[in-house]
Amino acid sequence: MRVLNRIAQFYIELSRNTPLLIQLFFLYYGLPKLGIKIDGFACGVIGLTFLGGSYMAEAFRAGLQSVAKGQIDSAKSIGLQPIQIFRYVIFPQALAISIPAIGANCLFLIKESSVVSAIAVVELLFVTKDLIGMDYKTTEALFLLIMAYLIILLPVSILTSYLEHRSRKVSHGT
Amino acid sequence: MELDYLFQASHLERLMWGLWATAKIAFISVFFSAILGTVLGVIMTSKNIVVKALCRLYLEAIRIIPILVLLFVFYFGFATWFNWQFSAMWVCVVVFVLWGTAEMGDLVRAAITSIDQHQRDSAYALGLTHVQALAYVIFPQSLKRVTPGAINLFTRMVKTSSLAVLIGVVEVIKVGQQIIENSLLTVPSASLWIYGFIFILYFLICYPLSRLAAHLEKVWE
Repeated sequence: MRVLNRIAQFYIELSRNTPLLIQLFFLYYGLPKLGIKIDGFACGVIGLTFLGGSYMAEAFRAGLQSVAKGQIDSAKSIGLQPIQIFRYVIFPQALAISIPAIGANCLFLIKESSVVSAIAVVELLFVTKDLIGMDYKTTEALFLLIMAYLIILLPVSILTSYLEHRSRKVSHGT
Repeated sequence: MELDYLFQASHLERLMWGLWATAKIAFISVFFSAILGTVLGVIMTSKNIVVKALCRLYLEAIRIIPILVLLFVFYFGFATWFNWQFSAMWVCVVVFVLWGTAEMGDLVRAAITSIDQHQRDSAYALGLTHVQALAYVIFPQSLKRVTPGAINLFTRMVKTSSLAVLIGVVEVIKVGQQIIENSLLTVPSASLWIYGFIFILYFLICYPLSRLAAHLEKVWE
């Protein structure tokens, strides 16, 4: 378990302390030199997963650690198996506690996906750059860019704060 | 042999110069964000509904738009609309200060409101004015609660300043790209090594900072 803990910690620190842009550049421009060729879209998905995984892990860790010790003891005393304890006692409570952080991470990842334009994946920002470059329609392109992000992100943001309000009411036992 | 060529002294020197350009953006932005953010944080604790709503709007607007989009709007948009031609580096600083002020403001607000009400009451009972109460009672106590978050914000700024390359600032990644293009014929695998090296450079800067923040958080809890 100690080894697994070390590996997990190493991964989390590595992905949290380096910029997504350089992770993507390494995947997209660096790895082909080792014979590993991945197309831009896949690089974007891998890069964002590598980044998001560590943020989500931290969110869950905080949730799991904040479940009261008494809850686990009580579960043991009524004869639940370790897996049952996790499934029916710890996990539901941890999830409720983690929800605000998970929501924030979702927003963060959607926002970070704009960086993927740097490795030639044709997404919102890339198209905007194209429009500015080809048609000189800077104002229109930038306006649409912001509106598009608002249309994507506002519902997520509202849903997150709704869930946050709901989840505050479901913590048991201190 | 190839690596000797790739990581020769002059290349390393240029990479370090690029890193300094990145750090400069982060330092200047953090400096102004800390000052303006503290002011915003105090304003955000105001009881006036209009002031509160305006601050909230500013914070949410900055938080919901990706930084890269803000960089684009300021760099391309402002040049078109108002004919303001800033250098890309200053556009970065302005965007990071706007972002940092919002985040810092929220940190300061959270810290100030977390100080017990009786601290404030006692200060007023001693006859301190509002400003004195803030300066001598509230701030010194909130400082401990703000610092870890502020260091984390600084780390995020160092990481985010890598985006500067996308609007044309010559910083560590750009220098890396120049070296890669220049050595392409001599060292075909240059991109692997240089990007790997920059990856490690960023890690070496950000890791101690985030450890420091985590450590302070634990010690001061």
